[in-house]
Amino acid sequence: MADQSWLTEFPDMSRRELLGIRKTLDGAYRDFSRAYGDQIEAFFDPLLSFLVWFENLLLNTPWWLVLGVLAGLVYFMSRSWKLCVGVSLSLLAIGYFGMWDNTMRTLSIITVCTFLAIILGIPVGIMMARSNRTQAIITPFLDIMQTMPAFVYLIPVVMLLGIGKIPGVIAVVIYAIPPVIRLTNLGIRLVPHETLEAATAYGATPKQRLFGVQLPLAMPTIMAGINQTIMMALAMVVIASMIGVKGLGQPVLKSITNQYFTLGLLNGLAIVALAIMFDRVSQSYAKRTQKHLGGDQNGQ
Amino acid sequence: MDNNSAPLIEIESLTQIFGNTPEKVLAKVDQGMSKSDVLAETGHTVGLRDINLSVNRGEIFVIMGLSGSGKSTLIRHFNRLIDPTAGKIKVEGDDILTLSPKELIEFRRHKMSMVFQHFGLMPHHCVLDNVGYGLSIQGEKPDVWKTKAKEWLEVVGLEGYEDQYPSQLSGGQQQRVGLARALCTDAEILLMDEAFSALDPLIRYEMQTQLIELQGKLHKTIIFITHDLDEALRLGDRIAVLKDGEMVQVGTPEDIILSPVDEYVRDFAKDVNRAKALKVKHIMDRSKDRVVDCDSEDGLNDAFNKHDTLIWTKNHQLQGVVSKNRLAAYQAGQIDSPLLHQTSVKKKDYLQSVLPLALLTDHHLLPVLDSDNQVIGSLSNDALAEVLNPSFDAA
Repeated sequence: MADQSWLTEFPDMSRRELLGIRKTLDGAYRDFSRAYGDQIEAFFDPLLSFLVWFENLLLNTPWWLVLGVLAGLVYFMSRSWKLCVGVSLSLLAIGYFGMWDNTMRTLSIITVCTFLAIILGIPVGIMMARSNRTQAIITPFLDIMQTMPAFVYLIPVVMLLGIGKIPGVIAVVIYAIPPVIRLTNLGIRLVPHETLEAATAYGATPKQRLFGVQLPLAMPTIMAGINQTIMMALAMVVIASMIGVKGLGQPVLKSITNQYFTLGLLNGLAIVALAIMFDRVSQSYAKRTQKHLGGDQNGQ
Repeated sequence: MDNNSAPLIEIESLTQIFGNTPEKVLAKVDQGMSKSDVLAETGHTVGLRDINLSVNRGEIFVIMGLSGSGKSTLIRHFNRLIDPTAGKIKVEGDDILTLSPKELIEFRRHKMSMVFQHFGLMPHHCVLDNVGYGLSIQGEKPDVWKTKAKEWLEVVGLEGYEDQYPSQLSGGQQQRVGLARALCTDAEILLMDEAFSALDPLIRYEMQTQLIELQGKLHKTIIFITHDLDEALRLGDRIAVLKDGEMVQVGTPEDIILSPVDEYVRDFAKDVNRAKALKVKHIMDRSKDRVVDCDSEDGLNDAFNKHDTLIWTKNHQLQGVVSKNRLAAYQAGQIDSPLLHQTSVKKKDYLQSVLPLALLTDHHLLPVLDSDNQVIGSLSNDALAEVLNPSFDAA
C-alpha cells in the first residue's frame, strides 16, 4: 500500500525542496537589497526630509497657533461654524489628555500619505478607465493590496529600507491607495455616455474631454474614494507603529503588550477623532463644490 | 464642382458589423447572408448593411425606423462617433474616413453639430456655458462666445436662464439649450438624433414648429432621426426608411405614404393621419380638361359635352364653378348667376384644411390655385375620399 499513500497524505514537496526555494528567493532578495538598498533609500530621501520637516513644523509651532490654523482650514474647506467648533473642542481635549505631540506626528504622516495616494492613485484610476485591458491587469493587484496582511509586505520593505518613517509611509500608501484608484476608475466610467459623446461631437480633444467633462463629472465619486483612502490610512497607524512610525499608534501598541486599557482607549479615541475630522471636512468640502449637481435627482 | 447641385453628403455602400473581428465577417455580409444567420454563425451583429444615400444642401433629411433598425448608429457615422466596417462617407466630395485625428477634430468643430435624444448637456456647466461649449473648446475668447451664446439663447426663447444649471430646467427647455448649442458653432450640418423623442407631445410639436421656423431663416442641412412617422412627414423634405440595418425606401413624404415599396413601409404609413400629411398638390387632377377659359358664360355651352360641372376662368383668373343645369337656368333667366360657388383651394394646403370646404361644396369640384392665383387643376371629392380611405392602397 506504500504507493497509495498520496490518497491519505497530501503529496507535498519535501521539506528540503521547500527550504531550497525559500533560501534562493530570500538570498536573491537580500542580495538585491544589499546592492540597491542605498540607491533606493537615496531615492526616498527628499520624501523623508519633507516628512521630518513637516512633523517638526507641527511639533515646534505653539499649540494654539496649530489649533488656530487647523480651525481656519476646516472653516475654509467646509464653511461650517459647527464643524469648526467641534474640531477645535476635540483637539483641545486631545491636548488636555496629553496626546498633542503624538497626534501631531500622526497628523503629519497621514497628511503626507493621503497626498501621495491621491497623486499616484488618480492617474492610475484614469488609465484604468481608458482601457478595459489595463483595468483587467490592475484590478487583481488592487485586490492583493487590500487583502494581503500588511505584515507580509512590510517584510521586504523593512529588509530594503530598515525601520522608520519611509517604510511606514510605503506600507500605509499600499494599504490605502486602492479605494482612490477604484473609485476614480468607476467615477469616470459612470460619466453619462451621451455627455461624453456630445463633447466629442463638438470637437473636444482627448485632453479637453478628460479635464472638462470626465474628471469634473467623476469628482463626487473620486471624493468618496479619497475619503475612504484617508480612513484606511488612519486604520494603518497602529500597524505602522510596529516598524517605528511614531505617533498615536505606539501608545496603543504599548497598551496591548502591557494591558493598559485606559491608555489604549484614550489613544484609540484620538485616532477616531482625527478620522471623524478628516471625514467630515472632506465630505462637506466635496458637497460644497458639487452644489450644481444637487438638483440632479429631481431634474431628470 | 458646382456647389449647389452636388449632394453635400454622400454615403456609399456603408456597412457596420459589431463584434470582435468584423473584417472577417464582412465577406459573408456582402454575399447577402441574413442578419440572424451571421449572428448564429459568427456571433457578430450586422448594424448597417450596404447603405447608400445622398443628402442635398439645405434640406431636412429624415432617417426613420423602429428601435434597433440602426438609425442612431447611422447618424453617428456622419461625424465619425462610430467608424464603419466598410464604405465611404463623403462631405463636399471629401472622404472623411481619411481624416487624421487632428483634421477630424477640426471637421467636427466647424462642419457639423449635433443634438442628442437625452440632450447630452454638461450638468456641471450653466446654461450659457453649455450653449457656448463648442466655441469655448475651439479656444474662442470668453467675451466672444458668451455674446454669441446669449444671442442664440434668445433665439430659442430662453433669455434669462443663462446662469441656471441644466438640472433646473424642464426637458423641453433643456433641448432648447441643446439646439442653441448646436446652432452656436455656425456649423452647416445639423445632426439631430431623436432630438424630440424624449419630450411630451405638446412640447414636441412646439419644438418641431420652432425648428421649421428656424430652418426657414437659416437653411441648414439637417439630418433628423426619428421613429415617429408623423414627425418625419412634418419635418422631412425627404425620408429614408431603415429596417434591420438596411435602407428600405428613400423618398418624399408623399412617396412614402402613397407608394410604399413593401409591407414594412406600408405598415408604417398605415396609421398616419393622411389629411395632416398630404397636400392638395399630391392628389389634385392636373389635367385641364375641366377648366374652360373664355370671356363670357356663353362660351361654356360647348364645353359641357364630357362633364356636368366645369371650372370657368377668364384670362386665367378664376370666375367660379359652373354646372350645365345651372347655366341653362341662368340663360333662361330663372336665376341671377350661373356660378355654383367661387370657393377654391391652394395647392400647398393640407388636405385637413380643405376637407370642410369639400364637404360644404356638394358639387364635388374644387379649383386648385398656385401661389400666383392661377388655376392649375382641380380637386374632386372622389379623389379626396379615395386617398383618405385607409384601404385605398390595398384595393
